[in-house]
Amino acid sequence: MPTDNLQFTPHIKLEFKINEKDFFVAGESASRVKKTLQQLGLHQDIIKKVAIIIYEAAMNVAIHGNHGMLRIYIDPESILVETDDEGDGIPDIELAMQEGYSTATHEIREMGFGAGMGLFNIDQCSDELHIDSKVGTGTKLQAKVYLRKKDSISDP
Amino acid sequence: MKLFDVQKILEAEVLCGDDLLHKDVHNWFACDLINEMLLYVTPDTLLLTSLTNIHIVHTAQVMDAIGVVFVGGKRPAESVITNSKLYNIPLLTTKHLTFECCGRLFLNNLHDPTVVKDATNAYR
Repeated sequence: MPTDNLQFTPHIKLEFKINEKDFFVAGESASRVKKTLQQLGLHQDIIKKVAIIIYEAAMNVAIHGNHGMLRIYIDPESILVETDDEGDGIPDIELAMQEGYSTATHEIREMGFGAGMGLFNIDQCSDELHIDSKVGTGTKLQAKVYLRKKDSISDP
Repeated sequence: MKLFDVQKILEAEVLCGDDLLHKDVHNWFACDLINEMLLYVTPDTLLLTSLTNIHIVHTAQVMDAIGVVFVGGKRPAESVITNSKLYNIPLLTTKHLTFECCGRLFLNNLHDPTVVKDATNAYR
């Protein structure tokens, strides 16, 4: 069983730097982390959730965050995806969480993003989500997916 | 349904992944929004889209999609095709637009005979 391997999973930290408008790194980091999680033998539904969170969160940093960091912490109980950026911040987090609300530019929409689904998707895939944002300073997002919770292996 | 069946049905040109056309297609998802693909696409799904940027390849890889068909005669840049080869994701392009592609695939659905029969009768 894939989850039997978890007690032997070492603590792992993966880190990616995201520069302003570096949209490539979002998909690239999601792909690389997916491979790592597959090598650890995790369930494909958990891998899918984490990959979606990484893709969306990293895109948010590239789009809105000026520049920042993406970190993934893997331990036997959970996977934590964390982004830290120095962007303009989110004035109204509750509003930003609403599906369909977006401040993305036309350029972003042309790429297939910016439909106001990023934070919504992250929320759908997370067991825990914390967003700390200060206008003019930046945003820190932490999304956690539990590995042993039965709910976390169902489709998002 | 195999990918080469899809190629025939959509009269598509294969851009890369000729050797992967024997793979089974379990579902297809037509969309121009990456956010929606990330949320709804299931493994072994064929993506139909008019997006040709690198994100479509990354999304296909992350979501374990079986391949991508670019509609409306669109073609991605060579760098996108190169990346797709690295991930073993077949890329096809067809002159037909999204609605036409979905209609053709629906009418040729080999998974559910009742759908084929009903849809064919209704169409004729």
